Amino acid sequence: MEPILEYKDLKKHFVIGYQDLRRRRPITVKAVDGISLAIHEGETVGLVGESGSGKSTVAYTTVGMYAPTAGRIEYRGQSVFQDGRRPKRLQKEIQIVFQDPGSSLNPRHTVKQILELPLRIHRPEVDNRLEEMARILEMVELPLDYLYKHPRALSGGERQMVAVARALAADPSVILLDEPTSALDVSVQGKVINLLLRLQREFDLSYLFITHDLSLMRNVSQRVAIMYLGKICEIAPTRAFFETPRHPYTQMLLSAIPVISEEEEKLKPEKIVPTGEIPSPVNIPPGCSFHLRCPYRMDVCAQVDPEMQAIAPGHFVRCHLYPEALDSPNGGDHTP
Amino acid sequence: MAAQTPLLEIQDLELEYKAYGGALKVLDGVDLRIHPGEKVGLVGETGCGKTSTMKAVLRVLPVPPARIRGGSIRFNGQDVLGMSQRALRQVRGRGIAMIFQDPTAALNPVFTIGEQLGAVIRSQSDGRLSRRQVRAAAVEALREVALADPARLLEAYPIQLSGGMRQRVCIAMALATKPELLIADEPGTALDVTIQDQVLRLLHNLVEERNTSVILISHSLGIVRQLTDRVYVMYAGSIVESAPTRRLFAHPGHPYTQRLMEVVPRLSGGGIAPGIPGRIPNYLDPPTGCRFHPRCPHAMAICRRYKPPAYTLEEGHQVACFLYDETHRDQASTAPAQ
Repeated sequence: MEPILEYKDLKKHFVIGYQDLRRRRPITVKAVDGISLAIHEGETVGLVGESGSGKSTVAYTTVGMYAPTAGRIEYRGQSVFQDGRRPKRLQKEIQIVFQDPGSSLNPRHTVKQILELPLRIHRPEVDNRLEEMARILEMVELPLDYLYKHPRALSGGERQMVAVARALAADPSVILLDEPTSALDVSVQGKVINLLLRLQREFDLSYLFITHDLSLMRNVSQRVAIMYLGKICEIAPTRAFFETPRHPYTQMLLSAIPVISEEEEKLKPEKIVPTGEIPSPVNIPPGCSFHLRCPYRMDVCAQVDPEMQAIAPGHFVRCHLYPEALDSPNGGDHTP
Repeated sequence: MAAQTPLLEIQDLELEYKAYGGALKVLDGVDLRIHPGEKVGLVGETGCGKTSTMKAVLRVLPVPPARIRGGSIRFNGQDVLGMSQRALRQVRGRGIAMIFQDPTAALNPVFTIGEQLGAVIRSQSDGRLSRRQVRAAAVEALREVALADPARLLEAYPIQLSGGMRQRVCIAMALATKPELLIADEPGTALDVTIQDQVLRLLHNLVEERNTSVILISHSLGIVRQLTDRVYVMYAGSIVESAPTRRLFAHPGHPYTQRLMEVVPRLSGGGIAPGIPGRIPNYLDPPTGCRFHPRCPHAMAICRRYKPPAYTLEEGHQVACFLYDETHRDQASTAPAQ
């Protein structure tokens, strides 16, 4: 099956200053440093990582807030960037919901103005915009009179529903969800998540779900990719990711999650105790970027950055501990 | 436990804030008790009054608009609410210290770590320590929170440290005065999960060693489960349930606690519960009776009229809910234990 959205060795480097002004040697932050990932139709792929791992940069680059430094982003096989710009047709298909609806919605606009803009730009063929807006509000379970309210009159959960409605107004096929519930209380999170899952079923949407909350990821995604300092460490089907995590970083992250029942406690890999801090992305360690914190580090880890390889169908790891790749060409899905 | 005098005892605390259009009745009779060496968790959603309660304990509420309408706070038997500023200085620091959620906001950006930590140590030594002794104590305090190269760190400004290091500095500052009670307000929330885990483990070891009492304020049930002996659950300005930590997680009694546990995503999967319908009440005009009744699936006529008293389910497990009155016990047991 052809993926709906695919990242091919995507890189996004930022120049944040110069080391030597005369010679202009740039200091760069490698926010995203060569990731490959595919999202299939109707699928939710989770992208997890700690702050500074580059997960949001992936989303922002996808919607054109940044131009990629190298690599490609493809929507149904065609490049999202054509001559450095994104055609309007592709802008419509890929929408985004940001983390904090308090700052992603214009406080001086009413909900009606917020929803009308994407309709006017991306779907000029709609004759009765008011009716369409009413339909969209109904989809996100908000009453019709909310059209005339300003974001500040709404609760955090309701504002996030408006942000989802704005994304839906363009009638997209892919939505990038950048920590859509981390600004919300857990009692509200459930409502927003269930709504997103229902919309996905109804409209056959594909989600790239970005979060740092692994427990949440366990319950919403079909596949999970984990990022560390701009690179993906491991990609696996959700079940395998949580039950047989392979990368030491995945294991460390899982063992650090506070959980609320004995049943969950048993799922945590006990062996790895989190140590060390995330290195600065300006100064990424040579070799495998995780080797300074890794309890299993070997000599090779400080020198050679491991390659991503398949260790089971659909399960990819970038770690020197797993030299035995899955070799048979018919062994299953071989692209991440 | 019952015979011991509590270190901190809050009784029936009522607090309101004057606001445009009336008074926000934020705390509606909070009861809370901490014994020496006990680690207590205080959980609840944003806006339920957790931080207001702790600010009342430290007497750092802005008065006005805040006003204590009733109740008492006793620390080591002394009445905190009626205390003079001078007596209060003794309680703050040596008696009670606090760690805040955001270590970046808690540290002053224009002073070095050494100056800030030194000021705390000096203020509690009544001027008996020489400069060299203050410096030595500061180095020791930083060493205890496992920060490398403490001597050099004293010269650093907060901006030069990572988030995890800043929170360690805040912990060092809070513990430098050897307080009897430490209030930790969401101490790991601003940190990444692998850093949070390290900071919380460090905090746990330090307070265990010194037998410091702790109030851990958090909206994360997982963190509270890991670090406390006893949990108080707060909803809209009152304590709705309190129990030993293990007991609470195994047998949550209050409908609110039960819902709260249902909505936490589980590492073991099983989907996401739909959330708790409704929202935290408007404090200008809070619901009468039990403040949870508009959101409660078991609400009865009496819940609308009267505030439920605390019923004891078993030794040390109290639930403020009419379902636990004898006339309704059957209904309570059929309430979906999560």
